[in-house]
Amino acid sequence: MSDASSTPQPRHIPDTLGTRWGRRLRSWETLLIAVLIAVFTINALSSPYFLNAWNLSDATFNFTEKAMIAFAMAMLVIAGEIDLSVAAIIALASTAMGHAATLGFGTPALVAVGLLTGLACGAFNGLLVARFNLPSIVATIGTMSLFRGISFIVLGDKAYTEYPDSFAFFGQGYVWWVISFELVLFAVLALLFWVLLHRTSFGRAVYAVGNNPTAALFSGIRVARVKFMLFLLTGLTSGIAAVCLTARLGSTRPSIAFGWELEIVTMVVLGGVNILGGSGSIGGVVLAAIIMGLVTFGFGLMNVPGIVMSIFIGLLLIAVIGIPRLVSPQSRRVE
Amino acid sequence: MTMRRLLQSREAILLAVLVAMVLAIAARFPQFAAPASLANVFNDTAILIILALGQMVVILTRCIDLSVAANLALTGMIVALASLAAPAIPVPLLILMALAIGGALGAVNGILVWKAHIPPIVVTLGTLTIYRGVIFLISGGEWINAHEMSDAFKAFPRTVILGLPVLSWIAIATVALFAVLVTRMPLGRAFYAVGGNPHAAVYTGIDVGRTRFAAFVISGALAGLCGYLWVARYAVAYVDIAAGFELDVIAACVIGGISIAGGIGSAGGAVLGALFIGVIKNALPVINVSPFWQLAISGLAIILAVAFNARAERRKGRVILKRAEQAA
Amino acid sequence: MSQPVLSLSGVSKAFPGVRALSKVSLDLFPGEVTALIGENGAGKSTVVKILTGIHMPDEGEIRINGKPVLFATPHDAANAGVTAIHQETVLFDELSVAENIYLGHAPRTRFGLVDWTAMNRDAAALLLSIGASLDPQARLRDLGIASKHLVAIARAMSIDARVVIMDEPTAALSAKEIGELYALIETLKARGKAILFISHKFDEIFRIADRYTVFRDGEHVASGLIDEVTPGRLVQLMVGRSVDQLFPKRVRNPGDAVLTVAGYSHPTEFEDINFSLRRGEILGFYGLVGAGRSEVMQALFGLTQPSRGAVNLAGRVAAIRSPADAIDLGIVYVPEDRGKQGVILGLPIVHNVSLPSLNVTSRAGFLRMAEEFKLARAYTARLDLRAAALDQDVGTLSGGNQQKVVIAKWLATKPKVIILDEPTKGIDIGSKAAVHEFMAELASEGLAVLMVSSEIPEIIGMSDRVIVMRDGRIATEFANDGLTPEMLVSAAAGIGVDKAAA
Repeated sequence: MSDASSTPQPRHIPDTLGTRWGRRLRSWETLLIAVLIAVFTINALSSPYFLNAWNLSDATFNFTEKAMIAFAMAMLVIAGEIDLSVAAIIALASTAMGHAATLGFGTPALVAVGLLTGLACGAFNGLLVARFNLPSIVATIGTMSLFRGISFIVLGDKAYTEYPDSFAFFGQGYVWWVISFELVLFAVLALLFWVLLHRTSFGRAVYAVGNNPTAALFSGIRVARVKFMLFLLTGLTSGIAAVCLTARLGSTRPSIAFGWELEIVTMVVLGGVNILGGSGSIGGVVLAAIIMGLVTFGFGLMNVPGIVMSIFIGLLLIAVIGIPRLVSPQSRRVE
Repeated sequence: MTMRRLLQSREAILLAVLVAMVLAIAARFPQFAAPASLANVFNDTAILIILALGQMVVILTRCIDLSVAANLALTGMIVALASLAAPAIPVPLLILMALAIGGALGAVNGILVWKAHIPPIVVTLGTLTIYRGVIFLISGGEWINAHEMSDAFKAFPRTVILGLPVLSWIAIATVALFAVLVTRMPLGRAFYAVGGNPHAAVYTGIDVGRTRFAAFVISGALAGLCGYLWVARYAVAYVDIAAGFELDVIAACVIGGISIAGGIGSAGGAVLGALFIGVIKNALPVINVSPFWQLAISGLAIILAVAFNARAERRKGRVILKRAEQAA
Repeated sequence: MSQPVLSLSGVSKAFPGVRALSKVSLDLFPGEVTALIGENGAGKSTVVKILTGIHMPDEGEIRINGKPVLFATPHDAANAGVTAIHQETVLFDELSVAENIYLGHAPRTRFGLVDWTAMNRDAAALLLSIGASLDPQARLRDLGIASKHLVAIARAMSIDARVVIMDEPTAALSAKEIGELYALIETLKARGKAILFISHKFDEIFRIADRYTVFRDGEHVASGLIDEVTPGRLVQLMVGRSVDQLFPKRVRNPGDAVLTVAGYSHPTEFEDINFSLRRGEILGFYGLVGAGRSEVMQALFGLTQPSRGAVNLAGRVAAIRSPADAIDLGIVYVPEDRGKQGVILGLPIVHNVSLPSLNVTSRAGFLRMAEEFKLARAYTARLDLRAAALDQDVGTLSGGNQQKVVIAKWLATKPKVIILDEPTKGIDIGSKAAVHEFMAELASEGLAVLMVSSEIPEIIGMSDRVIVMRDGRIATEFANDGLTPEMLVSAAAGIGVDKAAA
């Protein structure tokens, strides 16, 4: 920092000093991997039924649908926004599919209806936040009520259950042996989102917007467009999750996926995404999703009810965010 | 100038909308506007009003408390279990207990925000799930039903004094207390300062972390109070009571014009926001609309309120030209 | 000589990796203005934070009227009568003027409640006493910057401050407002307040200060009476060697017109702006703060939409609706607020540099990291950036080096026109000279430069031509030939400039 006194000779600046940056990122994921191994080991030791391919395969259904949305949510949170309406989008998309099914639509058309409903909801959120500059946390609390409210208006206390047999594949089908369709979809989406966030200029723009939207705008990033696209993505993934969940349950009630939004946000934050925006990775979210799924499954095997698992997840969330902040004061950010 | 007047009378606009709504319903269904019916609407909304006031002070400091409904359910369960185990405990003591337990649960949030510097949304998301889980642990997943509760326990919020149930009077007292708190008490003004400009607040000698802590304790204590009131009024306690109610509480604040960015809002706004939701909920059966419409209508109201607030808060551009200055 | 009301002795403060202050001393005397002088990074802001209780010193002593005190919290400092008025006056936009003055020590009723009637009455009296005609009940957000300063000063008076710290108080004020501030400082002096005045501007220091203290690299270098020192000597003390502020010599041969702006108007910000800019030319924009210069530039960069007028770029009509459009057309903008609008703190240097060039460094939307590093290496080397590594967070760099990153980012897009808004504001003298040098080099390579600056030496030293703006319009245009500071100031202020031009 003694610029004035040093000689004005061009200096060579190395690209990187070792792997400090990389190390920091990795350390978060290392922590998650350690937790994952611990959870896996404890489960394996405490229940003879845990290390069974079919049981493990069943366990994946605990997280696959939520994780699909969590990938898009992670990008949105990195960009400094949030979408609390995702679970309500599932409800609306599922209702739309149920309605279409009663009209006699076939499986391909039902999937299209589900995805398009998701996209439309995402576009509406995107419009409110990106075009009208509403704070996303409250705007999406509003659309959350609106979307699920429409499901309630349509369905009331009834349910749609008349889905074609072939539709069930998306939630109950297996691609090979114990590998379910949902698990494959989860893996494919994880890869796609990893590429999108970490290997494309769109992903870079997401980080720029999340760290400083003003400076990003001043650097020529079309900030509103980036945010709109991200809301479209959360809408679309919610639509995909709606297809899988509806197919798995074989029925639609307006209360479907109730409370998922907070579980998905938990998954994202546990995955190391800064809730204030600017940093995070898809790899972390994948690990967090698997951890949450295995914890649920393990507790289930031990006949511990799901609600108790929530204590564990809640503590994990606070510990995993809080401990690094207590240890190194520099990682704190003033909001 | 008109802009400023508009800003200052945000509550007036909301009140006008509310009155217009009641009048419009009364035009077709006069019984809705009968004093007894309106008093019933108010009583029905009392808990939402109390929680919205607690949430308001948290939001004023630029934080958010998602754990209020879980806090309510946990405190309600503890109080119900205590009363079950020792029916002799007088109700005033139970209320003090509820305030203390709720306040302590709020203090957990506050400490984590203050000392561990974890973003409030993460903290309260975490404690929300923890508190719900703890209810299961202490209750073993069992319901506590009306016949298990003592009569005194159940009767207190329903006792009618001067024409209104005690529940309504508690809400009215809370409103009065909060109006004084946020307009006249140094702590109340500190909430505005901390949310409006945390960096500047430090220079005026306000401890930002401590002030936020206080807001969480207040919000928690009110949630605890409502825990008792809820369990006693509906005469049932189980894991999932008031599930998702935290979002109604935030919705009431948003509709009431409390800025999620902190530093803007009033007790009157929070009350009106809660009443808006309460009126819609109670009016739907009266006007023969399925109660299933309620959720969508409050959703729409939230979106409109947020849009309106955002418009009112938008910064004016710089006015440099003399001509434009005169026109403004 | 009177006793100092406040004195620091042997105060040190270290942050992780940086020794911000090492055994410094500072004395402030009642009824006198002490100027604290030093380059960026000399430790001035750390001293302010210690005096206001934000930071605790690691060692050393603070004495008030000879008695040692401990400022553990900002509240302690306020109670001891130390108050600060900041660069961007930190107050509460949503609260009233009266509450901004009395927050934290408001008059109370018998019941301990805030007494609004008394508060408004006291605030009105206080504002009157410092000659500020403000409504105590007005919301602060409706006031201009100068009025906010007055509120801050009223606040300082209200807590009966013994020590008033003014941290670059004139940075955002017009000449007239600065005059009013000087008058107010005289009032404060007459009332026996000790004033710590932090400024980069030597004319201000010699106009208002009684004493000076110079810091360099966190150490106390010298202090004394302002009458016994010269500007040259102060600069020497600041930088530790003598520098004559020289601007690079330039061969001036502008080429064809690149950018022509005609009848450019905005509903509230500016009107009827006409000028043309040629290749290899540096066109300076001078004016008082708030004259509309940055607003014109931001419209050219697509941040705001003008209501009328045409922009012609290299002979073609240009439609600029967003910064992305402007960058595509070859117009780039180095903003005044570097930290908020220039660099993206939290991202590494390399990503900051490549951000607007991602369409070049990536292929079909997929990033190519090697290309990004190549680009960043080339342009940061050209600007002689000082950094440990290219993947280092840009926030760890000094202000001058951050500015270099911003300029590198834009040069990498190979622009035709570069707009520099207060390019050397708040950066140290060494980096300043480097930026000037570089600006000259760019112009000689044929780049067209628009430079908004409020520093007269910079305007005169660098520009080929100067446009002076006043109240959102072009007041006049000068060829830089025998141009004097007086001419610029008179044009910028319109009538009634005799005082300011002195």
